[in-house]
Amino acid sequence: MKKSKAFWGFLVLALVIYAVVQGMISGGMLDLYYQNILIQMCINIMLAVSLHIVIGITGQFSIGHAGFMAVGAYISAIATMKLGLPLIVAILLGAVISALAGLLVGIPTLRLKGDYLAIATLGFAEIIRIIFLNVEYVGGAAGMVVTNMTTWTYAFVGVVITILVIANFTNSRHGRGCISIREDEIAADAMGINTTYYKVVAFTIGSFFAGIAGAIYAHNFFIIQPTTFNFLKSFDILIYVVLGGLGSLSGSAIAAIFLTLVSAYLANFPETRMIIYSVVLIIVMLYRPTGLMGTKEITSLFKFGKKGGSKV
Amino acid sequence: MSNLLIKTENMGIQFGGLKAVQNVNMYLNKGELIGLIGPNGAGKTTTFNMLTGVYQPTEGGITFEGKKLNGLKPYQVSKLGISRTFQNIRLFKDLSVLDNVKVANHNLAKHSLLSSIFRLPSHFSGEAKMEKESIEFLKIFGLDVYKDEFAKNLPYGMQRRLEIARALAANPQLLLLDEPAAGMNPQETHDLMELIAFIRKEFGLTILLIEHDMHLVMGICERIYVLDHGQLIADGTPEEIRNNPKVIEAYLGEEVID
Repeated sequence: MKKSKAFWGFLVLALVIYAVVQGMISGGMLDLYYQNILIQMCINIMLAVSLHIVIGITGQFSIGHAGFMAVGAYISAIATMKLGLPLIVAILLGAVISALAGLLVGIPTLRLKGDYLAIATLGFAEIIRIIFLNVEYVGGAAGMVVTNMTTWTYAFVGVVITILVIANFTNSRHGRGCISIREDEIAADAMGINTTYYKVVAFTIGSFFAGIAGAIYAHNFFIIQPTTFNFLKSFDILIYVVLGGLGSLSGSAIAAIFLTLVSAYLANFPETRMIIYSVVLIIVMLYRPTGLMGTKEITSLFKFGKKGGSKV
Repeated sequence: MSNLLIKTENMGIQFGGLKAVQNVNMYLNKGELIGLIGPNGAGKTTTFNMLTGVYQPTEGGITFEGKKLNGLKPYQVSKLGISRTFQNIRLFKDLSVLDNVKVANHNLAKHSLLSSIFRLPSHFSGEAKMEKESIEFLKIFGLDVYKDEFAKNLPYGMQRRLEIARALAANPQLLLLDEPAAGMNPQETHDLMELIAFIRKEFGLTILLIEHDMHLVMGICERIYVLDHGQLIADGTPEEIRNNPKVIEAYLGEEVID
């Protein structure tokens, strides 16, 4: 009951947000600049939440997420530009190929632990990027021209689906299996959790949604270039997850929204932009060392509110 | 011999040049409660780790219900029906007490990954069944009142109990307890003895336990194996072990002679 209440609550909230924003766009209150920030925000939420399932839930420190975003971006761009497929098919294709890439990368690398895994995933992401850099078919270093097809609706529906699937996964026996790996891998194994299987599952799901985010990203600008998906992009995504609080889905989403806004605002100060951005990160980590939300979810805040209310 | 549950034959393990455990021949019949004792560093926990697949024996073999355990991973051993607790408590600290038990209950549920993602009816019935069963286990251990508490917030004795509850939830035939009474006061140890006797009867378990508390071991075990320097030096009833000069020399000392 409790979980389905949260589910319907989330869906209603999503519909309300969509209706309000769509109304503002139709009413001409949001120009293209703001729409673009909104789409960017949606993409970042998808990336953050899809990395959250790998790092926050399963506890596997992967810093190669931009690689899977690149796979989604390039595959979907090939699908629309070269093969003439509709955007929705291209997004799904990008996501599926990205998930396959995640599976292929995950099976050998997820045997590693901690720092070693981080370096291996970083390496794989760079390999993926360099492959795109050297394939003339997708434009090489010059990049690939892509028509702008993404609308706010695509991006928003993508976010809703990403959050729903990952929340559903987490609140099930499969998600608990993944969390138990994060908590204590030896004990999880001894309790009958096939740790390799669940690590690979989490990694594959994460890659799938990174692929969707990449596909939507690719069709939001007029060009995609391999340099966009370098390790700095991976770190950006990592920052959302850590800043939001490791293990908190709503935290990583909130951090993605917050940092997108900060970075959009700072675009007005190009010289000092990165300095201020870094200072913001340092301040947040000093005052909230476990991230904005810790391991709590936003739904648990409401529960505490109710408890307090009944006492009064 | 159909009563035999698990048997090791010349089981041993070598770490580099060090023979940690060698030539261990043990057997457990169904329903037995057996103690494994020995001085620190004798290889007791290493033996447990081999029985549960954490370490692979480099010599000899383990047969559980006629099946070879060699080469199986811990989760596969767990599925066959061997569950354990750990010497240094290994709970899932940031999960609730209930979720700790649910994790172990994992393999008894059947609902698939896709049914959970798409919230199909089988997901809800499966999760409801897990919840019900897990609460039953917590009730046996008197932990159901703490079910929403984080495992890390439980007092020490309760954490030990929760570990046993979690091990039981994996539906084992053989339960391996690694120093269940470590750090407990006499009253808690006494309660634990009664609890072990109770779950053994209730679930028809076979139990192998490592313990340093001689009062507990002598009190409830039917047979005792004694390890020293990685080798079995004696086995027999508590009475026999008590009077075995080799054991007294290696380990028990005056405590039991008096």
